[in-house]
Amino acid sequence: MIEIASSVLLYSGAFFVFAGTVGLLRFPDVYSRLHALAKADNLGLGCVLLGLALQSESLAAALKLLLIWPLALAASAAVSYAIARRADALGIPPWREDQ
Amino acid sequence: MTGLEFSLALFLLANLVVALLAAARGPTAADRMLVALLFGSTGVGILALLGHAGVGHALVDVALVLALLAAITGIAFARRAWHAPQKPHEKETP
Repeated sequence: MIEIASSVLLYSGAFFVFAGTVGLLRFPDVYSRLHALAKADNLGLGCVLLGLALQSESLAAALKLLLIWPLALAASAAVSYAIARRADALGIPPWREDQ
Repeated sequence: MTGLEFSLALFLLANLVVALLAAARGPTAADRMLVALLFGSTGVGILALLGHAGVGHALVDVALVLALLAAITGIAFARRAWHAPQKPHEKETP
């Protein structure tokens, strides 16, 4: 049962990372690419880490794996804010549909 | 289960290589920096998968350090290194 749940989590994590990569290639401007990177990719990372933590043999190893995820979430939130604010300050226009 | 973990790590690595196309295309410096951040988060996933698949649990520590370094790199880029050499909409049509 745990192995099935872990496999499902690992596969869905790979799917979310794939969606993030497709978004990075397909989205039109830097703000929407930030959106793809910060959300889809970190969700994929969380699914992979949770799937691995379900399989790990000791509680300490599982907690260590799960500790990486809040670190990555906080880091990506701070970095996305800094990059988007800097891009706005440099005058990069957001993409609009009528362009 | 190790076969699944190795193949997923290979799939994530293929994602990273494809994302290099976005870095080559640009057009702004931030788009290239985003690929470096993608290396941060996806690389953490690859290292955790490899560490769990039997390469060694020390790779989980490496993954933690990589996540920290990606954060510091991104902040340093946005606050210090990213200056506009010219207007970005002129940059797209050189």
